[in-house]
Amino acid sequence: MTNKIRLGTAWLGGCSGCHMSFLDLDERLLELAAAADLVYSPIADLKEFPEGVDVALVEGAVANIDHVELAKKIRERSKIVVSFGDCAVTGNVTILRNRFGVDDLLTMVYREGPGKAPLGHEADGIIPYLLPKVLPLHQVISVDAYVPGCPPSADRIWAAVTALLRGEKVSLEEELITFG
Amino acid sequence: MSVITLTINEQLVSAQSEQTLLEAIREQGVEIPTLCHLEGLSDKGGCRLCMVEAVGTNRLMPACVTKVQEGMNVRTESERLVEYRKMIIELLLSERNHICAVCVMNGHCELQSLAANLGVNHVRYEYVVPDLPMDASHERFVQDQNRCILCVRCVRVCHEVEGAHNWDVMGRGVNSMVIADLYQPWGSSRSCTGCGKCVQVCPTGALSKKGSTVAEMVKHHDFLGWIMNGREKNIWEYR
Ligand code: SF4
Ligand code: SF4
Repeated sequence: MTNKIRLGTAWLGGCSGCHMSFLDLDERLLELAAAADLVYSPIADLKEFPEGVDVALVEGAVANIDHVELAKKIRERSKIVVSFGDCAVTGNVTILRNRFGVDDLLTMVYREGPGKAPLGHEADGIIPYLLPKVLPLHQVISVDAYVPGCPPSADRIWAAVTALLRGEKVSLEEELITFG
Repeated sequence: MSVITLTINEQLVSAQSEQTLLEAIREQGVEIPTLCHLEGLSDKGGCRLCMVEAVGTNRLMPACVTKVQEGMNVRTESERLVEYRKMIIELLLSERNHICAVCVMNGHCELQSLAANLGVNHVRYEYVVPDLPMDASHERFVQDQNRCILCVRCVRVCHEVEGAHNWDVMGRGVNSMVIADLYQPWGSSRSCTGCGKCVQVCPTGALSKKGSTVAEMVKHHDFLGWIMNGREKNIWEYR
């Protein structure tokens, strides 16, 4: 048994920019790898969010039923859940579609275009059923820490992650919590 | 004008009887957040961020529209005040569409920096996400209702300083909208002189220069000080 932190990162309704910024930790990734095992992440090929995760960084807003299911699983199986980046924290760009009804949205994006479009209904099993309104993560599950930014800079991420590795609360300075 | 004494954060200080509480507080070097207040414009007590506690009453006082009084005893920091200030910022952020990442004022916005300053790292209220228009009919400027916090600095600077009174507020409560020339497209407003003062004093991305893209808009309101010094004190200097 190692006493390394079990770290998971997940990608909901976002652009993956937060994960790109995570990779911008550069050489600090080696330090992180020495202190934590990455047990789930879109940058690792693991299919199922495992049990017993210590820290989960969640990128993206909650936009469809798959996101809701994964968010709930993450909450059940993780000690600390972090809203990672503006989409998770505020809904950000993802939430902009809330001013349209889901049906109008699907029409604008798919049906009015060329070719055959998915209906976007639960039953057709092609795209996950869209929620009527996109929600920030903390309105779906309880969240323990927030790392705003679009994307949060590598320095922000490092400040949060190192606090978590030390077992401390995430309490970021003023210049590290601006939205945007 | 007479001098009075009052207590600010347990310090006995003196102030001119004509001063507002906000002026007296800031004169002591005490930081207190404001959004609708701007040096050179009249005060309206709209944003409620400058609320302070006063000994002897449970009612909070907006410092910008409260005159100092002999013997007043005020506190500018307390758990309650911090909590209310955060709530105000969160309500502003949830009421319209503040998507900082794609906003012309990203990195230069007073609302954005005040949120961080007050420790607002998420919003506890439901986002309203209203469907609001933009007006790009003016040849040089753009108005984006999605970013407006209804501080009415634009309305005041246009009326009080430029003297054109292009801007007004239409509607009530959350439905209030800043409108040009009694609800014309800004570009066809005949009262607008195109001076751009409103753009410069607007604390958010609601008014911007046409052609600015994300994070490009930077505003300057030093001109207000120069104009007011000239008008009121006959001091014309460009510093
Ligand atoms: S106006 Fe300010 S707070 Fe609103 S989106 Fe733009 S930068 Fe963010
Ligand atoms: S347009 Fe700008 S200055 Fe005018 S009320 Fe809105 S936020 Fe304030």
